[in-house]
Amino acid sequence: MDNRKADKKLKIVEEWCKGCNICVAFCPTNVLELRNNKVAIADIDKCTKCGLCELRCPDYAIYLEGSEDEK
Amino acid sequence: MSSQLIKNNFRMDRLPHIWCPGCGHGIIMRSMAQAIQNLGLDKQKVCIVSGIGCSSRAPGYMDFNTLHTTHGRALAFATGVKLANPELKVIVVTGDGDCSAIGGNHLIHTARRNIDITTIVFNNNIYGMTGGQYSPTTPTNDFGTTAPFGNIDKAFDICKLVDGAGATYVARGTAYHVNQLTKIIEKAISNIGFSLVDAISICPTYYGRKNKKGTAVQMMNYLKDSAVDTKVAEKLPPEKLENKFFIGEFKNTTEPEYTEEYMKIIKKYQKER
Repeated sequence: MDNRKADKKLKIVEEWCKGCNICVAFCPTNVLELRNNKVAIADIDKCTKCGLCELRCPDYAIYLEGSEDEK
Repeated sequence: MSSQLIKNNFRMDRLPHIWCPGCGHGIIMRSMAQAIQNLGLDKQKVCIVSGIGCSSRAPGYMDFNTLHTTHGRALAFATGVKLANPELKVIVVTGDGDCSAIGGNHLIHTARRNIDITTIVFNNNIYGMTGGQYSPTTPTNDFGTTAPFGNIDKAFDICKLVDGAGATYVARGTAYHVNQLTKIIEKAISNIGFSLVDAISICPTYYGRKNKKGTAVQMMNYLKDSAVDTKVAEKLPPEKLENKFFIGEFKNTTEPEYTEEYMKIIKKYQKER
C-alpha cells in the first residue's frame, strides 16, 4: 500500500479549476494554495497523498495519478 | 488529462461542467461514479434519468445510458424505463425542487410502489438554475428571491417523506462526507426496491449569497459541523443535537418489488390462457 502511495503523483488540471478554494482549505497538511484564482502546489514535500483534495474537488481539477484502479 | 475515474465514467468532451465555482453537485456526481465503479456494474446495464434543474445536468456529463426528461417527471420516465427493461439498474438524479415540489406526487407514488429505482437527490435547499427561488427544502425564515422577507413555509424532510411513503432504503449523506456518501449510494443501488439518498449539496451562488452563508469553504464547514451520524445521535443528549441534521442510514428493509410483482401477474395469466 505504501509503495503504491509513493508511486502516486499529485496532478492539477488548471483549465478545469474554478478557484473555489475547497481543496486548499481541506488539505490536512497545507500543500495547496490559490495563485491567480487557480489551485497551485505550494509545498509538495508536505503532501501525504491522502487524496482528500481529489475527493472534494467539484471540478475534477486535482487528482492523484495512479490512485484509481488501473487494474 | 484527468483521473481514471473521470475518464472511465464521464463524457470527457462535455467537461468541465458548467456548475458554479464551489457548487457541491460536482462532488456528489463524482461520488455517484465512484459508487457505480466500486459495484463493478456493466455500463450498458445502467440508465441514469434526470428531470430539470442544476442537478439534472449530471446525466449529460455521465457516460452511461442517460435520459434527460421534463421537470419533476424523472421518476415517471424512470418507471417506464424499468418496466420496459427490468434488467437495467435505473438511477434517478434529481434536485430538491424537481423531486419534492414539481415531482412530489411522482416521488411518493414511486416510493409506495417500491419499484427498483435509486434516487439521488442533489439537495441544495434552493432552485439554483432559475435564480434562487425558495424550494420545499429551504429552511423556515431563510431567504430566496421569492422570499425576500423570509420563508414562512416549513421544510420537507425528504427522507421522512419517502420513508412514510414506502421506500425500502432511505439514507442521507453530504458533499463534505464523501466516502460515507459513496458507500450509501452503493447500498442504495444494491437494494432491490425504491431507494432514496438525500445528498446535501451546497449552493454558494444563490442559497449561500441570499442567506449570508459565506464562501463555498464556509458552507462545507457548516456541513462538517452540523451533520451528526444517526448512530452517534442516539447516544447524544438532546442539547447537543440542537440545530443539527442527521446523516447515515435511516431505513434498510426488504419488501415485494414492483417489477417482480408485475411479472408474476403476467406469468400467472399467460399460463391460464
